[in-house]
Formats: sequence, C-alpha cells, structure tokens
Amino acid sequence: MLQISCPWCGLRPEGEFVCLGEAVPPRPDPAALTAGEWASSLANRANIRGLHAERWWHVRSCGRILTIWRDTVSHAIVPAPASMAAPKATP
Amino acid sequence: MQRFSFLSLARNALSHHEGWHRAWRSPPLQDAYDVVIVGAGGHGLSTAYHLAKEHGVTNVAVIEKGWLGGGNTARNTHTIRANFLRDVSIRFHDVSVKLYEQLSRELNYNILFSQRSMIDLIQSWGKLRDLRRRSLAMALHGPAYDLISVDEVRRRIPAMGDLAGVRLPPLAGMAHPDAAMARHDAVAWSYARAADARGVEIHQHTEVTGFVRDARGRVTGVETSRGTVRAGQVALATAGNTSHVAAKAGLSLPLVTRNLQAFVSEPIKPIIDVIVNCPDVGLYVMQSDKGELVIGGGTDPIPSYRQGCHVATFEDVVASLVELFPRFKALRMLRQWGGAIEFAYDASPIISKTDVEGLLVSTGWYGGFKSIPVGGLTYAHLIATGAPHPLAEAFGLDRFTGLRFLLEAGTVAQR
Repeated sequence: MLQISCPWCGLRPEGEFVCLGEAVPPRPDPAALTAGEWASSLANRANIRGLHAERWWHVRSCGRILTIWRDTVSHAIVPAPASMAAPKATP
Repeated sequence: MQRFSFLSLARNALSHHEGWHRAWRSPPLQDAYDVVIVGAGGHGLSTAYHLAKEHGVTNVAVIEKGWLGGGNTARNTHTIRANFLRDVSIRFHDVSVKLYEQLSRELNYNILFSQRSMIDLIQSWGKLRDLRRRSLAMALHGPAYDLISVDEVRRRIPAMGDLAGVRLPPLAGMAHPDAAMARHDAVAWSYARAADARGVEIHQHTEVTGFVRDARGRVTGVETSRGTVRAGQVALATAGNTSHVAAKAGLSLPLVTRNLQAFVSEPIKPIIDVIVNCPDVGLYVMQSDKGELVIGGGTDPIPSYRQGCHVATFEDVVASLVELFPRFKALRMLRQWGGAIEFAYDASPIISKTDVEGLLVSTGWYGGFKSIPVGGLTYAHLIATGAPHPLAEAFGLDRFTGLRFLLEAGTVAQR
C-alpha cells in the first residue's frame, strides 16, 4: 500500500486515490502539428522504467489532482528532483 | 533434432537415458545475422521458428538478457482462448487456438495442451449485454461462445458454494468450449528446440544495451553485453520492457507497463475441470494438472515494472474468490508472483514496423501466451516480406495516426 502526500490532506492511504497515470504535458494545438505528431501526443507515453512523474486524483476525499514522483520499479515515492520539472497539469 | 517417440524413449531407456541430446545448441555469438530477435520468450522463439519454416530465413539470432522463457512466458497463467469482440481479434485468436491444437504434433513436443472450456460467470446486466454482443460477433467467425443458465453453471462448476447469499448473484454464464491451457515452459522449449533444429541461434544472458545506427538513422545492429552484433533487421519481442528498449533507439510507443499478478494454492484433488472467469468481480480460477488452483484477477491500477504483489488487488481477488467458493477459505497459498505486461493505448496488440528503419516491434500483449503461435506466424511474415500478414493488418502502429483504434479489453481486466 502506497502512502501518498496530498497538499490539502497530508499523507493518505492509496485507496483514497485513483492513479491517472504518467504526467503528460498539456495537449498541443492540433492545427500546428502533423497528423503523426498529433497522434503521438495523444497516445505515446515515455513509460519509464525508473523514476517518473505521475498524477493522482484524491477522488475519495478532497478531489484534488496532484503530481508525485515515483519509481516504477521500487514504487518508492520521492520529492521532485530539482533537475526535473514535472510537466504542467492539463488545464 | 532428436525426435521424441515411444521408440526413442524405449531405445534410450535401454542405455540408461544417457543418449539424449541437448534440446538446443549454445553456439558462439557471431558478428552479423540477417535478423536479430530481441527476447527469447514465446513470441520471440515462435517468430524465429516461423521465419525459418515459412520463409527460409535461418541466419537468425534470438538474444535474451535472462534465460529462455523466463519472462512473461514463465509468469502468465497459461490460458488460451478466442472470446474477443472485434472481428480482427476474433479471427487472429481463433487461428492461434487452432495452431495450439496442433502444436504438440507439429513441434514433436508434448505441451500438455488441455482443451477444457472457459465459463464466464455473469453478475451484472451490463456484462450480460456486453458478452451477448461478444457472442454474436464471434458467431460470425466460428468460435463458440454460448449463453448458459445459472443451473448449468452450477452443474459444470460443482465446487461453487451456495449462490443465494452472494452479494452479486450470478445471472447467467457464457461457455467458450475452445478455451484451453498448456504448459507454458513447454511452449517456449518446444519452439526453441524446433527453431534451433532449423538453424536459428539462441543466445541467453545477452542483454541489448543499445542500437547501432548508420548515417541515415537506420538500425543496423545491436550493442549487447557480449559485444556488437550487426543485423539486417532487429525485431523486438521484449514483453514488458519494449518501451525501455525502444527508447534506446529514440523511439516512443503508445504503451503503459503494469503489473499483473497471479497466485497458486497448495495442490488438492481434482475439483474444477473448467477455467472459471468472473469478469464482474475481477477473478479467474482454474486447476492445474498438479492440482494447484491457479488464481488471478485484473491488473494493478498503476504503472509498474516491479513484478510483485500489489496488496489491494490481491485482497480484491481473494475476497471475490471466497465469496463464490467459500470452501477455498481453508486453502493455503503456495506462491504469488507478478508479470510486467504492456497495454497499448487501445488495448490491442501491435505488430509493426516503426519510424526507425530496420527496427520492428511486437508488443501490447497482455495475455500474450494465447497468441504465441499466431503472433510468431504474423511477425515472421512482416519481418520476411516487409508487409503485414493478412491476419494482422489492423495491428500496425499506423492505426494510431489514423485514429483507427481497436478498442478491446481482456475479459478479466474490463469491469
């Protein structure tokens, strides 16, 4: 069981959250892209083996969507690395 | 290849079984091959076999970072079935079932194939409509998927408890008589042996660490832990790790890797002779030839390469199991494991060339064990001819560009 830190509620058990998967950048303007670029922005994922940023939705509590950094091999949750900024949330 | 038969068994018994050969060679790694297949699991080995058999391409190396058949081929729950919704998926998996039926004979190796039916237990009206639709779609292509009553379900699965007090009372069942199981190790070993006999080389403990590219960006080989190997084409069959390996060639794919766990009980006397699947609660259970109950559920709901136990999913599956089969409360679990499986964006397989010339992928297999024969057949066709096999035309990466998604979900995963 993961314990996830919500900015409002503090450290809460994983069961209160829904995982929304890998954090992806905001959707680009489709008119400015080729069909291939648009399709890959929709479907492709880095699917990193190791540390990645992902979004969780605190659905069974405050409803906030948050970003955490988690290792996909060890499942350890760590503070955001200074060198890597998380992609901004989709508005 | 030393053929197995009653005669060869008797002959070797007379010489104290000292005359058996190794099932496959371990030749030295060469500098170059026509085709390098990355991953010696079921799909990689089946692809190598079909390359040699149907297309005469035998200058092939299958390289594997661990040991042969030690990845998802060893971690699945050996179920073979063809109850899908989309036309292409039904045709594809129906061919796979038919190839499996003949596999022991074709490869001269007993894979312990046991065609024993799958019963889907339906516990909601939505699922009933969903599976009826699936049954009608399948009727167009051949494989049977028949609606049966709860009484018939109870007759065929007498181990189930009293259903009156169940929180989601069963409404009906669906019977899929083609469903089968087979020994997963034997599938990998039989393909390895047959491919080796046709000249394919298998190199275990050889990890791909990078790709060799020419000036135009084309992949012309692989860097491995045992040196550089040049290749006309490099075909990935690296279930679970395809994103990780393809990223070394700068390639991004529409995949997410998740953990799918399973567990087995202590062995007991025969009690279930079908594969029981409960899509509404996320549970399936069958009994292996050893007598162990093989139990599994849906995938863990987070991206993961851990191949471990996600306790919340484990609890869900066990709670569903003891609700329907209260007598199994007395069983102890012998072992638990997880496999890293890849979901494509639309949950259908990908057998395709990529944007990187010379690099091909076969991925998106969750429940890929059932597709090993047909996956190899179609992937080999793509590698050898450059054009997709008629059965797998819809499985190209170009479907994402055209938004021609093949939305398909596993019967257990879909809830």
